[in-house]
Amino acid sequence: MSTHNSALAAACALGLLSSAALADSPNLGKVITPEQVASWDISISPDGAGLPPGSGTPKQGEAVYASKCLACHGEKGAGKPNDALVGGIGSLVGDKPAMKTVGSFWPYATTIFDYVRRAMPYNESKTLTNDELYAVAAYILQLNGIIGENETMNAQTLPRVRMPNRDGFVTFVPAKPK
Amino acid sequence: MGHRKSKGVTIDADVVAGNGLLDRRVFLSGAAMSAATGGITFPDTAAGDPLPVESWMKTPGAPFVPYGQPSEYENKVARTFTTAPGTTGTGASRTPHHLLDGMITPNGLHFERHHSGIPDINPDAHRLVIHGLVKRSLVFTLDELTRYPMESRIAFIECGGNGQLLYQKEPAQVGVQQMQGQVSCAEWTGVKLAALLQEAGVDPKAKWILAEGADAAGMSRSLPLAEIMQDALIALYQNGERVRPANGYPIRLLLPGFEGNMNVKWLRRIKLTEGPTMTKDETSKYTITMPDGKSLQFVFAQEGKSVITRPSPGLTMKEPGFYEITGLAWSGYGKIAKVEISADGGKSWAPAALQEPVLSKALTRFRMAWRWNGGPAVLQSRATDDIGYVQPTREKMIADRGSRTIYHSNAVTTWGVSENGEVKHVYA
Repeated sequence: MSTHNSALAAACALGLLSSAALADSPNLGKVITPEQVASWDISISPDGAGLPPGSGTPKQGEAVYASKCLACHGEKGAGKPNDALVGGIGSLVGDKPAMKTVGSFWPYATTIFDYVRRAMPYNESKTLTNDELYAVAAYILQLNGIIGENETMNAQTLPRVRMPNRDGFVTFVPAKPK
Repeated sequence: MGHRKSKGVTIDADVVAGNGLLDRRVFLSGAAMSAATGGITFPDTAAGDPLPVESWMKTPGAPFVPYGQPSEYENKVARTFTTAPGTTGTGASRTPHHLLDGMITPNGLHFERHHSGIPDINPDAHRLVIHGLVKRSLVFTLDELTRYPMESRIAFIECGGNGQLLYQKEPAQVGVQQMQGQVSCAEWTGVKLAALLQEAGVDPKAKWILAEGADAAGMSRSLPLAEIMQDALIALYQNGERVRPANGYPIRLLLPGFEGNMNVKWLRRIKLTEGPTMTKDETSKYTITMPDGKSLQFVFAQEGKSVITRPSPGLTMKEPGFYEITGLAWSGYGKIAKVEISADGGKSWAPAALQEPVLSKALTRFRMAWRWNGGPAVLQSRATDDIGYVQPTREKMIADRGSRTIYHSNAVTTWGVSENGEVKHVYA
């Protein structure tokens, strides 16, 4: 596998990215405006791009969690019947099984907002308000000891949260032809 | 190959590796066959009753049906599945490879992995949006996509978690379906993603795309643009018919050779971005945590792998004699170049025959002739692909990676045959 740049150069050389081939294309796509896409444009970058207005505190998040999350994720994120959200920090090395949670494993706090917004609560995904999302993210971060009880999560503060396993990832290098 | 005598072929001449592995030509040549069957007695005459004229030979059969189904006698050929607690449609189902042959997986048996069930999508209401770092953000209806030039690609899709039981300390007492059933192969037909991206006009700053599904989990993955440009297909058809709901109806992304979940189903949105979005599945899930605690991220290719599908657990051999050892091999790097078989736990190996067509990033069927002498046997298969990547032993995989992950298990799978013909999963 070549590096991104040389592969891109190769793709250009093959005419994959040139507009020359467009003459043969049906060109049926309709132009769509950012306003039209907004309701679908729900992905959040690690730098926080895409985060909406709103805010929430751990205390507010505790109430959201109790009504929307606790049944699947247990008291204070302990897990059962579904994934634990808390604990396991420091468990990625050693003889005991690794316990991978938001606290011990997730490298970016922005992913909490992104994922909870798109997929949770399981039976009614995409229904939480922005304030509820910031609040529940704050609560999970506070339960893991990553932020304090009085910290507010919003579009500015959430991307700045330093997750414990932020540097725990290495990009895989695929095998090269022998 | 052993020595040859002047008169015909001896058994030795056909033995290619220990414990009864034979040159496949014994199946193809009557002379070799009769010579090689020394020591094997042919069955006696069938019991004395005359052949019955059965009822179905005397009365008209069933009428036509609009959409055919397998024989009712084949109702055990079915997927098995496990679901997440408290859910019905979330989890995985597995292909019964021990009961199938060839290289193509029937659509009703293609493995599934859903993160929030199978959405019931009205095709007329489905849309595909391409936006982000493009000159023009575009939206496509299914009707519009159907008018684009299409191409087909026969490709395997394998879940990143397939084979995870091999990371366990003790051999799980399961068969090929439970262990390796999250891989399937189909002919996928659709529109090149590159054509749609050209239409939108890619900003040179764009190096990644985010692909997102219309399911309730909004399944999403980041993909490096340069690496997918050549192969990525927006698939509308699966083995000739519209993609099944369980496999992404009405459209899915197809990235031959890449980890299953990257082939985003129910595809609704592609956003061009400068860097990866770092979604839940590419950070918290599909990564390989190494013994030092660091996790390998963006492991795209499903590396070279193979598994013997027959004999395998659950398919007890009734008597000594001839059997075909057959199975599947595949590599996310390219074509399968060689599959070797051992019947003595890896002491000796012989190359299996690869059934044509052997296609890049597709399942490849291999076959080997075997004379089981009724004693213990330890069956293994080992694949090599055309970039020279060799499927690792379980020992090597664990030595390289430890066992703090469940993903990308591609080690040699071992079946132990006992004297009573039972086949079990063992570690050799």
